Amino acid sequence: MIIDVIDHLAGVAPNSPLDRLRDRRPDAREHAQRSYDVLFSPDSEDEVTLVERDAVAAFVAGLHGDEPVAAFYAERLAQLAPHLAEPVQAEIAAGRTTGPYGVYQDAALAGESDEGLRYQARHADLLGVRLAAAFEHAHLLVFRPREAHRKALAALADAGWSTTGIVTLSQLVAFLSFQVRLVAGLRVLGASPKGSTA
Amino acid sequence: MSGFTQDRIGWRPWLTPLAERELTDEHYEALVDKARAASPYFLLLARDPRILHARTQTDNDIFYNTDGGLPRAERELAATATSRRTGCVFCASVHARFASHYSKRPDDVQRLLDEGVDAPQDGRWRAIIDASQALTATPAEFGAEHVAALRAAGLDDLAISDAIHAAAFFNWANRLMLSLGEPDTEETG
Repeated sequence: MIIDVIDHLAGVAPNSPLDRLRDRRPDAREHAQRSYDVLFSPDSEDEVTLVERDAVAAFVAGLHGDEPVAAFYAERLAQLAPHLAEPVQAEIAAGRTTGPYGVYQDAALAGESDEGLRYQARHADLLGVRLAAAFEHAHLLVFRPREAHRKALAALADAGWSTTGIVTLSQLVAFLSFQVRLVAGLRVLGASPKGSTA
Repeated sequence: MSGFTQDRIGWRPWLTPLAERELTDEHYEALVDKARAASPYFLLLARDPRILHARTQTDNDIFYNTDGGLPRAERELAATATSRRTGCVFCASVHARFASHYSKRPDDVQRLLDEGVDAPQDGRWRAIIDASQALTATPAEFGAEHVAALRAAGLDDLAISDAIHAAAFFNWANRLMLSLGEPDTEETG
């Protein structure tokens, strides 16, 4: 059983320098894990089902291209909803790019606008209406959050997402954007020749 | 709107937040600080109180824990650089003010806002901004060279860990702020 997902994915061994560093920020350590727990073991599936959570997580983790993180969430989905494993991998392949990018609405920032892929679900028939809309929104949040607009939320609502469900979906994608970066950063720090002590 | 700013701007949700009268004890616990019951952003996030609570405790320890590590000014610098790179004008305004306040270097912060993450900075800020920017890329571009630059700039490993945490956390915060509402220059927030 995994006690701490970030430790697991970043390769933080007990009593290692990284383990001691993480202990210096005990609330961040505890609540980063609690965030994972409440998102993936919710009290209720009324707003967002477990399958939806794991499918979106597998998609988002895959888009970030961090192999251990992507494999971890792909494995969760394969266990919970094996029929979605392959379609989600196909969506990841269709959605992969580099970011962040996007067009600013603010005229003062137009010079920094940067066009890129506007992903649409390839196999909406296999994902279903709700999940296809969730993937399109997740891709927007991962790669071009500066383009977020109320119309994107309306598209989720049209696909059957409640207001509270949209909040949870947004937290899920945003949390994963944090978790994958913290894992990547800690892994690099742990692998780098030691400088001054903490 | 007129680009990135250190001015106080408001934030207006695109979805309906909870009303204060709907708040239960669980919601107040999730808000952590009761004053946040006046914020439409936190009242919207309170629709899922368990993740709001965990998010807020994570945030607070990354930015407010004073047991060594990176000075607050530079945790705020990492938050500002991340927000600048992602494109979150509201987040950048709040954390640029904090960075200016704690560093007493408002002109350097303003240059980051005006010219972006590649604007000239001194060596230590350059290393922190570059690390934040590399962590904000998707896929992440953060590598051993960033750790080496941070160490060369005088950061110990706890300070480097704090910089990583601050940049990673703002990849969370930016995506909520950008996707659930918009800056509102009519109100202060």
